[in-house]
Amino acid sequence: MSEATFLDTTELVLNMGPQHPSTHGVLRVILKLDGETVRGTECIIGYLHRGVEKIAENRTYVMFNPYVDRMDYVAAVSNGLGYCLAIEKLLNVEAPPRAQAARVILTELNRIASHLLWLGTHALDIGAITPVFYCFREREEVLKIFENYCGARLTTHAFRIGGLVYELYDGFEEQCRAFCDMFIPKVDEYEELLTNNRIWVSRLKGIGILNEQDCKDYGVTGPVLRAAGVKWDLRKAQPYSGYEQYDFDIPTAQNGDTFDRYTVRMEEMRQSVRIIRQAVDKLPAGPIMGKVGKVVKPATGEAYVSIEAPKGELGYFVVSDNSTQPYRVRVRPPSFVNLQALDVMVRGGLIADVVAIIGTLDIVLGEVDR
Amino acid sequence: MAATPWESDLTKELKERFGDQILECSTYLGQDFVVSTPDAAIPILEFLKLEADYDYLVDLTAVDYPKRPERFDVVYILYSFARNHRMRVKCAVADGAKPATAVTVHSTANWLEREVFDMFGIQFAGHPDMRRILLPEEWEGFPLRKEYGLIQQDDRWVRENLNIESGQ
Repeated sequence: MSEATFLDTTELVLNMGPQHPSTHGVLRVILKLDGETVRGTECIIGYLHRGVEKIAENRTYVMFNPYVDRMDYVAAVSNGLGYCLAIEKLLNVEAPPRAQAARVILTELNRIASHLLWLGTHALDIGAITPVFYCFREREEVLKIFENYCGARLTTHAFRIGGLVYELYDGFEEQCRAFCDMFIPKVDEYEELLTNNRIWVSRLKGIGILNEQDCKDYGVTGPVLRAAGVKWDLRKAQPYSGYEQYDFDIPTAQNGDTFDRYTVRMEEMRQSVRIIRQAVDKLPAGPIMGKVGKVVKPATGEAYVSIEAPKGELGYFVVSDNSTQPYRVRVRPPSFVNLQALDVMVRGGLIADVVAIIGTLDIVLGEVDR
Repeated sequence: MAATPWESDLTKELKERFGDQILECSTYLGQDFVVSTPDAAIPILEFLKLEADYDYLVDLTAVDYPKRPERFDVVYILYSFARNHRMRVKCAVADGAKPATAVTVHSTANWLEREVFDMFGIQFAGHPDMRRILLPEEWEGFPLRKEYGLIQQDDRWVRENLNIESGQ
């Protein structure tokens, strides 16, 4: 008869969330643990499900536009861009050049804001308190530009189907340039705090590896895919909204671990600044609204349009039945698809790393649950 | 503007291999799609993945057309990194029919098919974990079906679990 000792371990099931600060919202992860080692996970999602796709079928195309901002609420401008592009595709119209350039500027500013929120909270999860204050300080400057432009800071509803509704305000270009000049040294400052920090490096290096094959199997896109060495960005692969005019690089890394995803996103912020500078310099004059009637009524048919959102490929599959309401709107959220790979990333790792890996996936539950 | 026929080496190859199981190859607004019979959908995905480099299942979803005898369209959106090309595979599925799962070809399909089941009630045969994903497991009704009302809900579930008469 064997006697139980403290050394015997049995599988322990631990609930993480839905009320847990490092799950970035209402994500519940059931962890199967062997000591401190994670043997399996199950994600329970849906706590924030609002039936966005159902609402779309009961609203007109124009009325549904503000709803998309509420999915990935830290990157509302990107959501709006994807939706507007999808409807414009169905209508077969294009936004005028000035509107396209303004869209690029605002979307890239939003990418920076989204990455800043990710960096601050990710660092906070791992135990670094300072970066979150720095990141929110700079994010505030981006939000001020949004506020000056359209009056809203978070759920902006900045774009309309066919272009823009507001002309850019006086001093917009100067404010964007000032932000760019101020921001680049700040990125260096964050890197100074973190990149060579021994605690940071040892918490991130070799953790949560997701290789190229797994990324493709699980449909993972965005910085996570690029950190695994795939040089793929929809802004380059299938340019939209005039991205082909701007000169920028796609940062990649090789190992696909948490540290690589950190370096990729840091570099992406710098590249966004490059794009903003070029777009502000070449901002064309002209109209800001394309030829779209007061009543949006696309011909019968369907289209899938996707953009490179801060978190990955954000797609809209819209079916029209030649009425003023969409017959079906399907949102392909990057966070939902990326979150599925969590299980592969945490298996075999330690429980403390789960927090780091959820942070590095950069999910927003509003978008996962819709 | 209506859909125009899509002809390329790929469609030729698809038609050769799958014959009359390919019902239509078309382009609309510059986007290519293939309509197939439900039985052929998964072999087509497999063929496209292994022999034509369509190795990324972007999305899997459904559309409800209640007046049709086969009321659902199941839509697979595929992308090829090598070709930088996107295409869709569609098939019409009757209510209660169980189309085969795509998990055997693309791991992504796991959650995506669960969501389609959750919202439309289409069960995928051979899926490893065919449960609801966004709604509670005991929920009754499939919200994205056209007959489901905008503010309709499972009153019994709301009463029993939230201790309120109505969530509205």
